Amino acid sequence: MIIDTTKVEAINSFSRSESLKEVYELIWLLVPIFTTVFGIIIGVLVIVWLERQISAGVQQRIGPEYAGPLGILQALADGTKLLFKEDLLPSRGDIRLFSIGPSIAVISILLSYLVIPFGYRLVLADLSIGVFLWIAISSIAPIGLLMSGYGSNNKYSFLGGLRAAAQSISYEIPLTPCVLSISLLSNSSSTVDIVEAQSKYGFWGWNLWRQPIGFTVFLISSLAECERLPFDLPEAEEELVAGYQTEYSGIKFGLFYVASYLNLLVSSLFVTVLYLGGWNFSIPYILIPELLGINEMGGVFGTTISIFITLAKAYLFLFIPITTRWTLPRMRMDQLLNLGWKFLLPISLGNLLLTTSSQLFSL
Amino acid sequence: MFLLHEYDIFWAFLIISSLIPILAFIISGVLAPINEGPEKLSSYESGIEPMGDAWLQFRIRYYMFALVFVVFDVETVFLYPWAMSFDVLGVSVFLEALIFVLILIVGLVYAWRKGALEWS
Repeated sequence: MIIDTTKVEAINSFSRSESLKEVYELIWLLVPIFTTVFGIIIGVLVIVWLERQISAGVQQRIGPEYAGPLGILQALADGTKLLFKEDLLPSRGDIRLFSIGPSIAVISILLSYLVIPFGYRLVLADLSIGVFLWIAISSIAPIGLLMSGYGSNNKYSFLGGLRAAAQSISYEIPLTPCVLSISLLSNSSSTVDIVEAQSKYGFWGWNLWRQPIGFTVFLISSLAECERLPFDLPEAEEELVAGYQTEYSGIKFGLFYVASYLNLLVSSLFVTVLYLGGWNFSIPYILIPELLGINEMGGVFGTTISIFITLAKAYLFLFIPITTRWTLPRMRMDQLLNLGWKFLLPISLGNLLLTTSSQLFSL
Repeated sequence: MFLLHEYDIFWAFLIISSLIPILAFIISGVLAPINEGPEKLSSYESGIEPMGDAWLQFRIRYYMFALVFVVFDVETVFLYPWAMSFDVLGVSVFLEALIFVLILIVGLVYAWRKGALEWS
C-alpha cells in the first residue's frame, strides 16, 4: 500500500513538474519576443525622430522641438493622435481587404526581425536558412499593398498598389543574388555565421570590401524595396495623391507609416549584418588589445556593448537613405523598371559569378 | 511540420506580431469618434464625384513583369542550397551552377528581346 501511494505521488508530482516545465518554457519563449518587439517599437520612434531632424537639418529648418526634449516624443504624439482619429471605410470598397492590407504589411515586415542578430549570438531564432527567410517573408508585403490598393476602390489607390507590387517584385530579383553572394562567402545562410565570418580582420574583414558591387546593388534595391524617395513612385504625391494610402485614415494609415519605417530599420540592420560586420567592434589596431574581444565576452556588459555597436552602425548607415531622400529627384516608372531589370539584374548576376570564381580559387 | 522545433519561436512571433494590428484596431475602435456621412465615405477623386469603379482592366505590362519575376525568383531559389555548401561540392558542381546561371542569363536576354521588359 505504501509503495503504491508513493508511486501515485511520484507520478502526480512528475506530471505537475512537467506542466510547470511547459509553462516555464512558454515564458522563456515569450520573454525574448516581447523584449524584441518593445525594442523595435522604440527603434522605430527613434528612426522617425532621426528622419525629421535630419530632414530639418538638410532644409535648414528647426524640426520638431516641442514634444519632449529636442522633440524626441514627436513620433509618439503623432501615433497617439492617429489612434484618436476617425477610421473611415470607403463605402464602395472591399472592407475586408481594406483592413487586412495594412495588417499584412506590418506583420510580414515585423517577422523579418526574427533572424537579425542584435548582439553577440543574440538572435531570436538562429535559423539555418536565416537570410533566406528574410527574402521569402519580404515578398509577402507587396500582397498587403496590392490588397489595400484594390480594396479601396479608388483609381489612385489601385494604381499605387499596382506600382508598389511591380516595384518591389522587380527589385527583389537583384537583391537575391547579392544576398546569395554573401552567403556564398560565408558558406552559410545563417545571419550569425555571416557576421562571424566577417569578424577576423576587424574593419578590413567586412563584406563591404569584398563585395563593393554587391553592396551598391543591395543599397539601391533596398531603397526601392522601402519605397524611399528616388523610388517612391507608389506614393508619388504629384500624380497619385498618396498612392495606395489615399483612402486610409486613423490607425490604418498609422500602420502603413509604421510599416514603412520598420522596413527602413530592417534593411539598415540587414546592411549592418551582411556588409558592415554586425556586432563586431571592428577596429583592429586599437591600443588596448582586450577591447577587441570585448563583445565576445559573456555577461551583461559584453552583450550591451555588442547591441550598442550593432545599433550604432545601423543608425549611422540610416543617414545615407535619409539624405538621399532630399538629394535625388524621383524617377519615372519606365526608368525605374529599366534600372531594375536591365541594369541591376545583369550586374548582380555578374557579381555572383565573380564571387563564385574568386571563391573557387580559394578552395 | 511539427517536428521542426527550431521554428516554434517563428510561430510564437507570428502570433504576437499579428496581435499588434488587432490591438491597434481595438484601441482605435474604442477611442475614435464615429461621424459618418455619404460624402465623407465616398472615394477621393480630387474633389469631384467619383466616376465609375476602379476595378477595371489595367495595363498588361504589370502581368508580364510578374511572370518574369516568378521565373527568376524560383531560379535564384534553386541556387541557395548550392551556395551554402559551396566549399564541400567543389569544381564540378560549380560548372553545373555556371551552366544554370547561363541559362538564367539566356532567359533574361530572351525576355529582353521579346520586349517583356519594356514599359512603353
